[in-house]
Amino acid sequence: MSQPITVQTFSKVWISLLILTAAEVFLAYEQVPTLIMLTALIGLSVVKAALIIAYFMHLKFERLSLFLTLFPMLIFCILLMLIFLGDATRIPHMRPGA
Amino acid sequence: MSTQAAAATTNTSHWDGGHSPYATNSKKFGMWLFIISDALTFSALLFAYTYSRVSNPDWPTPFHFNPSIIFSSIMTFALLTSSLTMVMAVHSMNHGNRAAAGRWILATMAAGATFVGLHLTEWLNLINNEHVTPASNPWGVPLFGATFFGITGLHMTHVVIGIIYLGIICQAVMRGKFKAEDVEVAGLYWHFVDLVWMFVFPLVYLMSAKI
Repeated sequence: MSQPITVQTFSKVWISLLILTAAEVFLAYEQVPTLIMLTALIGLSVVKAALIIAYFMHLKFERLSLFLTLFPMLIFCILLMLIFLGDATRIPHMRPGA
Repeated sequence: MSTQAAAATTNTSHWDGGHSPYATNSKKFGMWLFIISDALTFSALLFAYTYSRVSNPDWPTPFHFNPSIIFSSIMTFALLTSSLTMVMAVHSMNHGNRAAAGRWILATMAAGATFVGLHLTEWLNLINNEHVTPASNPWGVPLFGATFFGITGLHMTHVVIGIIYLGIICQAVMRGKFKAEDVEVAGLYWHFVDLVWMFVFPLVYLMSAKI
């Protein structure tokens, strides 16, 4: 079970995660416009999450059926939450005096 | 992957089911199911935070780069490093080296405790010096404190539970009890806690940064 991963792989993943985190902190330091910042941060975080799940949590080396059972529905449920976000953008205009 | 799967069961297709459709033990599959449901809990909290923030245009961004962002970056480093030591513990245990696995788990617990210590320091600073509480803060949007303490508080609870969990696993491993799969399942939980922080850190801290 453990033959595809070596200690070297773990170190490489760890260093990649540190570099991606540093890139995120750099974005905060540069005060990028909010929407670009949010998109970049979410993008980088999804890459980091994928690295942790694939290598540290070993999912890359499990059966495909385990991945298909767990993740498509999780991603779908998270995306469904975004349906409400349109309401949030309208609320500031609905306040009295706005 | 296919040779591995073929070795694990006698079925020819991945979709035949049989005794072990996922070729994992039931503890590992149970932990995966818990992780997915917990991921939905954190997603909902982070979504509630996003919703509150979008609907309040005067949302405060109080975290100065120095010291708040640098401080939380060090916390992120501690948590990422604890994931590396945890994966080393699983690796050692898979190779039958219990003493090394126990030491790596202790290192993981130490890094986790460092994270909690730094986090509590930051919380106490916010509460005592900046007068931020879950119900009020000096910047006018009370939801800031509610979402901040709610999200980071639930995450810190998970880290504390993780440290206790690893402590139980560690003492058993050092006494020659438990198998490699038990360490691996504990590792899954620990990596998940790290994974959640990979979303909390950018969304709660970096998006509220002020130079």
